[in-house]
Amino acid sequence: MNKRAVLKFIVYLLLVVFAALFLIPVYLLIMTSLKANSQVSLSQMWALPHPFGFSGLVQAWQQVAPDMMNSVYLAVSATVVVAILGAINGYALSKWKFRGSNVVYFFILLGMFIPYQSTLIPLIRVLNTLGLFDTIPGLALVHIVYGIPIMTLIFRNFFADIPDELVESAQIDGTKYWGIFRYIMMPLSIPGVVVAAIWEFTQVWNDFLFGVAVTDPPYQPVTVAIVNIAGSQHIQWNVLMSSTLIASLPTLLVYLLLGRYFVRGLLAGSVKG
Amino acid sequence: MSRKSNELASPSIPVPRRVFRIRSEKVWSMVTLIPSVVLLGVFVYYFIFWTGYVSFTKWNSFIQNMNLNGFRNYVSIFESFRFQSDLRNMVFFTILFMAGCLILGMFLAVLIDQHIRAESVFRSVFLYPMAISAAATGVVWSWLLNPTTGLNLILQSLGIHHLPQWYLSTRILPNFHIAQIQGGFPIAMFAVLIASIWQWSGFAMALYLAGLRAIPEEIKEAARLDGASAFRMFRSIVLPQLRPITTTAVVMLMASSLKVFDLLYAMTGPGANFVTDLPALNMFDTTFKANQFAQGAAIAIVLLILVLIAIVPYLIGTIRKEASK
Repeated sequence: MNKRAVLKFIVYLLLVVFAALFLIPVYLLIMTSLKANSQVSLSQMWALPHPFGFSGLVQAWQQVAPDMMNSVYLAVSATVVVAILGAINGYALSKWKFRGSNVVYFFILLGMFIPYQSTLIPLIRVLNTLGLFDTIPGLALVHIVYGIPIMTLIFRNFFADIPDELVESAQIDGTKYWGIFRYIMMPLSIPGVVVAAIWEFTQVWNDFLFGVAVTDPPYQPVTVAIVNIAGSQHIQWNVLMSSTLIASLPTLLVYLLLGRYFVRGLLAGSVKG
Repeated sequence: MSRKSNELASPSIPVPRRVFRIRSEKVWSMVTLIPSVVLLGVFVYYFIFWTGYVSFTKWNSFIQNMNLNGFRNYVSIFESFRFQSDLRNMVFFTILFMAGCLILGMFLAVLIDQHIRAESVFRSVFLYPMAISAAATGVVWSWLLNPTTGLNLILQSLGIHHLPQWYLSTRILPNFHIAQIQGGFPIAMFAVLIASIWQWSGFAMALYLAGLRAIPEEIKEAARLDGASAFRMFRSIVLPQLRPITTTAVVMLMASSLKVFDLLYAMTGPGANFVTDLPALNMFDTTFKANQFAQGAAIAIVLLILVLIAIVPYLIGTIRKEASK
């Protein structure tokens, strides 16, 4: 074998080894989920399930289905509302800059990075006053507000790539502010809408801090539910692993089906213009 | 509105209509930003101010007490064993977390960049942990790194008898004292580092891969013609070109490491003697479990200041660069 072929072999070997290491948690989740209660013993945790049993998954589903639905309502409603807000902001900040618009942009963006611990105490007070504490709409409101920065950033970056000449010619044809938004910006940024929606859905679905601070069972998202199951006294491992798998499936599916858009959201989140 | 007043002011000079239209559009632009600016103004900036105020009060029980207490809450958190441990842990965690993600991320990106087959499969595998919640990550890794199960079973079958205690270890190396706490690296932190590097190194990989692909082919070609070795090429051409990416990655990873909460909550909690505790978890426990609202607020403000130090110069730089484009 020549030197080149050896190098290539080493590259593949390393990639396969690292890929295997990265996939260990998934292997364990799936294998444990497919074991029957009687089959789950800690000493056999790496073994393949035989025979396959779905009792763990069934039990887990019965346990977390209501929390899954909470997460669905939450993630879908928050994503829709905040994507609309983000699109409006991104349009204003990319195409109609005014004196001080960069300052506004800075303070909007900064909201993305602040540790939410520094807003939690007043937040709970205010939600309480509004009668929204421990409700899914209350939690959705929180996600809508704190989702504004990243959505604004993603839409702003997409709109910035649309040539100004298009906007100018539409103006000459007599199209106004909202007309340009509706008939030029939005149709040209469908991929941007997809990126933004996927990113926000994933963020809201995966949140734990607000969920645990603002809600209690039965009005909790599924991330909080699985951590509660994990912390209970007597853990049935196949049920816990099944619950964790079920709770992770929506975002995993989104990632597998629309990974390209997910990555773009990720890169947009790092303020790369 | 502005159009009318202008026409009245200078009726004789014909001004192109477009100028005025832009002006009314700018008004719309400002108006449409108002809802978001108000929401963020209240929920971010006013709430931070509110938290800051709470941090100076005597509200350290279930009953709200807004009487001022000076800097006493700050003094008492900095004097507490738990917060001192947090600061030690945070330094080690942040440095090792960033180094781990950057090195592994760059390594994987370079491997993937070698014109390999099934590139998208490998990319997907290394990045999928980003799509999973830190809560789920914590649940799974706490099982994998449990000393009596998980990875230790594999190590045992390989004939290793000195099994690591992972997050249950209470050792801190080396053994010396700073203030009340033992300085040095808490061994239990390794478990948290493994889980968080597993989750975030794909992010660094994605950034670096985008960076590698953006290096102009001509530069590499020229170096190749000059007879540069692969190592020399990497050191003198590739690394300098990747510097802006590294800056971005460092800032983003630092900001996220300071905020680590879900993973800890699900995986280890504060640990024995707070060996795996971090400020974000401490704030939550202090505020919502111990009802020490003022002290919790003080921890939150310290955490906020740390994040701002990391992020503000970077954000200003980015926006300036974009504005000058």
